[in-house]
Amino acid sequence: MMVENPRSLLWRKLLAHGFLIAFIAIILFPFLMVLSISFREGNFSTGSLFPERPTLEHWALAFGFDYTRPDGTVVQPPFPVLHWLWNSIKIGLIASAGILMLSTTSAYAFSRLRFRGRTGLLDGLLIVQMFPAALTVIAIYAIFDALGRVVPWLGVDQHPALILSYLSAITLHIWTIKGYFDSVDPALDKAAQIDGATPWQTFRYVFLPLAIPILAIVFVLAFIYLVNEYPVASILLRDTEQMTLAVGARQYLYEQRYLWGDFAAAAILSGLPITVLFLICQRFLVSGLAEGGVKG
Amino acid sequence: MSEIAAIGIGTPAPATVGRTWLVRLLKAALLVLVGLGGLYVVWGLYLAGEPILAALVFATVAAVVTLFGWARFYNWRFVFPGVAAVALFILVPVVYTSAIGFTNFGSRNLLTLERVQDYHLAKLETAPGSGRPFALTADGLRLFFPASGDRPALITPAITEAADGRLTAEFYQGEPPETLPVRDVLKHRGLLQTLSVSAPDGSVLTMSGLREFAAAEPIYELGEGGVLIARDGTRLIPNHETGFYETEAGQSVPPGWRVGVGFRNFTRILTSEGIREPILQIFVWTCVFAFLSMVLTFTVGILLAIALEWPHLAFKGVYRVLLILPYAVPAFISILVFRGLYNQNFGEINLILSSLFGIKPDWFTDPFLAKVMLLIVNTWLGYPYMMLLGMGFLQSVPTDHYKAAALEGSGAIRNFIAITLPQILPPFVPLLISNFAFNFNNVVLILLLTRGQPDIPGTSIPAGSTDILGSFTFRIAFQDSGQDFGLAGAISTLIFIITGIIAYANFRAMQRLARSRSARP
Repeated sequence: MMVENPRSLLWRKLLAHGFLIAFIAIILFPFLMVLSISFREGNFSTGSLFPERPTLEHWALAFGFDYTRPDGTVVQPPFPVLHWLWNSIKIGLIASAGILMLSTTSAYAFSRLRFRGRTGLLDGLLIVQMFPAALTVIAIYAIFDALGRVVPWLGVDQHPALILSYLSAITLHIWTIKGYFDSVDPALDKAAQIDGATPWQTFRYVFLPLAIPILAIVFVLAFIYLVNEYPVASILLRDTEQMTLAVGARQYLYEQRYLWGDFAAAAILSGLPITVLFLICQRFLVSGLAEGGVKG
Repeated sequence: MSEIAAIGIGTPAPATVGRTWLVRLLKAALLVLVGLGGLYVVWGLYLAGEPILAALVFATVAAVVTLFGWARFYNWRFVFPGVAAVALFILVPVVYTSAIGFTNFGSRNLLTLERVQDYHLAKLETAPGSGRPFALTADGLRLFFPASGDRPALITPAITEAADGRLTAEFYQGEPPETLPVRDVLKHRGLLQTLSVSAPDGSVLTMSGLREFAAAEPIYELGEGGVLIARDGTRLIPNHETGFYETEAGQSVPPGWRVGVGFRNFTRILTSEGIREPILQIFVWTCVFAFLSMVLTFTVGILLAIALEWPHLAFKGVYRVLLILPYAVPAFISILVFRGLYNQNFGEINLILSSLFGIKPDWFTDPFLAKVMLLIVNTWLGYPYMMLLGMGFLQSVPTDHYKAAALEGSGAIRNFIAITLPQILPPFVPLLISNFAFNFNNVVLILLLTRGQPDIPGTSIPAGSTDILGSFTFRIAFQDSGQDFGLAGAISTLIFIITGIIAYANFRAMQRLARSRSARP
């Protein structure tokens, strides 16, 4: 341990705790506010942190139930929040699985197999990945609009189209997994080779089981990125029923129709599963992040 | 190596030879299926008038069949699917978007030339003097046209029997049949309006009024060189420079079609006052925004990381979880929450500010305050990422350096500048550059929080003072009024070039890092 003067150490400890607590109070302020708003009456109302007359109206609507106010009027849910959440989760899971498959096989090839143009391809992927998807949406829309005229389930407003376009978000994951494969002892694949394993068998029976921890990280990172993705989803999904949460959530806060209270309840309800997932995985994520992933 | 031995990969036993054949056959069948399915899509795309897309799909399908059907390309099978996905859904869109930048594609020039011609040729007008009254027979609902002038009476089969809305009329002789009153005719108006009746003289009659059918004729005929000739002799001449049909007086007639315009969109960006000024302003703000976001998140993140890595601190785990909460909550939710909290009149932030200091800043209408708000929100969103990275890198700083420094009587700040920063900065550089690039194109934040508002006054295209280049382009392309894909494509091309430069710089920084790492013993 470092040499410290006990008295100044105490002061510094107090200072550090004070600073952290104050900072966390500021950081958590929006969350507490949203929690409070979700129990307030009405969609514009202001009030104290603890609502004077708490109501479950917004929560009932977020869960998709009709709500009967004390004066007898029945309010219907403005948007299918749970359906959006389900869309987000479904698209996120399928696309993440696809991303995992593509990036693992690619990473194995880049790490172990020899073919022409290997390094060039690897570097090229890294540069291509940085082009912002938000600016190519015109082209992506045009591509799926045309595809949809031939194969209807790959058209605009279809989930498979969005999933297909998401499969391109693999470069950073290739790098992460490749880094992991590079650290695997080459003696292992030599041994598999001597036993007569093809590269595919080596990959399937030696590398894949070894890589499960890093694959879990990549899966969660990809999932979180996809659930948050807005530009491409907002262009490809126009129908309210088909929207993901990221696209749909915006519908609550238009100037003409400002559903602040309903939004608060829906935001907590839909954000919670993703937040909890992230917090559970955060210990494992740090190493994955250091490899160069930037969350969107 | 017991694992591998246990899996038992070796020379196949004789019993499995038959199975291998079956597997091979199945594989071949699958490949043929994939190939045929692909060709169907290619053919459909070609028929739909998308030859470039058809060629791309064809190349992809051909590559799949070649790579997976030919053992020589075995190693490529591992990389191809991923590379194809990146090529098709990142590279092709980038190239396509840039290509659009050289056209006038937009809401005014949306169609192709063929579609515009079809549109004009499908326009009908009533031939003058061809109108004639009609009636419905009481018996059998047949259309009856009484004789008028030198035109003989006509009658059709029952209107309910019309196939595809077509009926053929015949000459009618004898007493006029009993007809329905107008009131009853009106009941069938919906059906009548869809009918077209071929008369024996070759003209086609459609309903032109409540009591009248008239011959409709196309206004234009297609002449040589795509010129449209009207009945009265006036002509519409296609202008392939502007993508519009023009009258002989030179007036354009919408709709327009897409034509290549060379560098016109780019020169518009550089020379048109109403565009150049806002773009320059937006470009500067984009750089400032990305740079300040990077610096702010890095500073806050590193500060917190150092505090959390301090060995004397208790409750580290709790602090850590609470501090990364902003990163854990989906960004689109937090951004929208802030949109509400910053609301001028009933947002909670202004409520607190007005009760404490009596001020109510207009966060969304004052350009400077809107920018401040964006930076605050982006720092809130981004610092946990830097903090997590910083904690990782801080752990690799050897502690004996600090011990040595303590013996020399060095203070905390001096320690940070002289020991910590030089140690953690090199691995941070590529991540900082990619963070800069990320914020340079952080369209989601702008679109969800301010939509670029407030607008910059006196511009010829909608440009907001909080717009970054990406959101500005997104709005040009997808705003409800006056979409201009061509201009958006041109600006996108410029952004691609800038992003490409940043990406390359990042790439070199990573290479340098890798080299210095491998140089270390």
